[in-house]
Amino acid sequence: MSLIAKLASRNLFQDRLRFIATIIGIVFSIVLVTIQLGLFLSFERMVSTMIDHAPADLWVTSLGTKCFEDPSLIDKKVETKALSVPGVANAVPMVVGFAEWSLPKGGVTPVFVIGSGTDGLRPWNIIDGRPDDRDKSYSVTVDRTYFSRLGISGVGDGTNIRDLRVDVAAVTNGIRSFTTTPFVFTNLERAQTYIGTSSNKISYLLVHLEPGANIATVRKDLAAKLDKVDIMTPTEFRNRSRDFWLFGTGAGAALFGGALLGAIVGTVIIAQTLYSSTKDHLTEFATLRAIGSSSFYIHKVIICQALLSAVIGFSLAALIDYAVVSFTAESALPVVMTPPLTAGLFLLTVLMCIASALTAIVQVTRIDPARVFKI
Amino acid sequence: MNEAVIEGIDIVKKLGSGAGQVVALRGVSLTLMGGELTLLMGPSGSGKTTLLSVLGCMLTPTSGVVRIRGRKVNGAGPGTLARLRRDHVGFVFQSYHLFPTLSALDNVRLALDVRGERGSAAIGRCRHVLDVVGLSDKRNSFPRELSGGEQQRVAIARAIVANPSAILADEPTGALDSANGQAVMSILADIARDPARGVLVVTHDTRIVPYANRVILIEDGRIIGEEPGGAGRREIRTLYPRAAALQLTNESGGPEGRRSGTSRRNV
Repeated sequence: MSLIAKLASRNLFQDRLRFIATIIGIVFSIVLVTIQLGLFLSFERMVSTMIDHAPADLWVTSLGTKCFEDPSLIDKKVETKALSVPGVANAVPMVVGFAEWSLPKGGVTPVFVIGSGTDGLRPWNIIDGRPDDRDKSYSVTVDRTYFSRLGISGVGDGTNIRDLRVDVAAVTNGIRSFTTTPFVFTNLERAQTYIGTSSNKISYLLVHLEPGANIATVRKDLAAKLDKVDIMTPTEFRNRSRDFWLFGTGAGAALFGGALLGAIVGTVIIAQTLYSSTKDHLTEFATLRAIGSSSFYIHKVIICQALLSAVIGFSLAALIDYAVVSFTAESALPVVMTPPLTAGLFLLTVLMCIASALTAIVQVTRIDPARVFKI
Repeated sequence: MNEAVIEGIDIVKKLGSGAGQVVALRGVSLTLMGGELTLLMGPSGSGKTTLLSVLGCMLTPTSGVVRIRGRKVNGAGPGTLARLRRDHVGFVFQSYHLFPTLSALDNVRLALDVRGERGSAAIGRCRHVLDVVGLSDKRNSFPRELSGGEQQRVAIARAIVANPSAILADEPTGALDSANGQAVMSILADIARDPARGVLVVTHDTRIVPYANRVILIEDGRIIGEEPGGAGRREIRTLYPRAAALQLTNESGGPEGRRSGTSRRNV
């Protein structure tokens, strides 16, 4: 171990109470930031999960559609018009909208119905039953997370939507909505009936291109042929949807604000303890100056202290984060941790600690080496 | 012929500002020669430590010239002064100023580490100087495990390990009993036998006069006299009217007069 690291670690561990306070400050700050950013990531994923799972090269939506859950409708004629555009291999209509699910014990609960053909958006992560069970004329697929909410216990249960029969034909795992409104998958026609929309209206057209077709050219030709629609790539639609929910509603700003506050509080706590530690060791730093050390040498000692705090604090915070992620995995809005987020949080911890060290560095920069003669 | 290690010429140092300003040094000139142990004696507030700080490049003089190994250091910034201290000066302090969390060996290593000297060669040098000061069996002891005398010897090892031209010591025996004080002064006197090194000791303690080549007396920021080393209580009293206030005690354990005859009168 280098002498700088040894001096830094000994300075850090010498006052154990202060060291514990520093670490608690870092841990709480990082856990808070992790939860906020983890929720943000989770929210972001949920907002775009339908778009991510829909097989489409291009999305045709009503003009000005803000997000996937937007109830705006377009004419189903766009399907035949789109199919006539060179380079289009298939165009799958899709409808989405809210409906009221009758609970077996009475009352209703809102659901979000998604209807599409077999080449469109179909449920995934099936854990029971078959979504396209032709024996059941009113078959739907729901997620097991919402069983109690929907008053059902699994495949074979039935109820009504708009007084029309509903049979649960398949069950998924983990298709959850950030709005907490359960998703109900079915085919296009049944969805139109449940939502109560005309059979010549759809929400989206999922366009599949022929192999080798130029997406920009097809998009341009579609735009020329279709009126009052937006044509977007999945990425563009994902971004638009995400921007609406995260920033248009203020939800993202709240999560980011929480994360920022966590980082600021953590920085202040670490700065306070590092400043206090440096103040206690001023004579030692003055001695270093007296024996000819450069300012940079002393700065390295302080930064090393800050980095040690960062590594220890982050390691403990990571353990707590892991527990939080496991604990919320099955909740409506799980906290998500990804390798880039983990790396980013470590970087943030290091930056917080180095920023905190600045106050201490300013303090020792002004130190008078001659003070060693006065003590 | 021995060369001048540090020269201070007509040094004036004012501390503070406005009505609270104090003139700590009023035109002091002093040359520390290689191969020489010089004592700087005077009462509290006489300017001893200020002069030591100026000569050791810790403070810049208000006016006057400081030269280290012939190089004028006036006008140097804090970084340059730190480099000059690193390259030419070793300090020994009354309260040792050892790092309590580091072993004796690591405390000595610090003086080389700040110069960028690391590795086994550096550690070997540190071990050697600890041997020189008689602490070969205390290398791994922490300051709290050492007596005051041993701590001061570690401080001396730290001061000499980088082979500086000048050792400046501020009351090195001030916190020690007679035996330890004699031991510390004996080591400093040995260091001063090297013609390339000069040792300047600020002290109140007349017991250590016998170790000096010369004694310089300072009062009210002015040098008021110089006497060859080895002088006893009576001579110091003669030169220095406030000697009684210094609680001078003439312990008889030192090698009285053994280093006389090499002083240089330049006061």
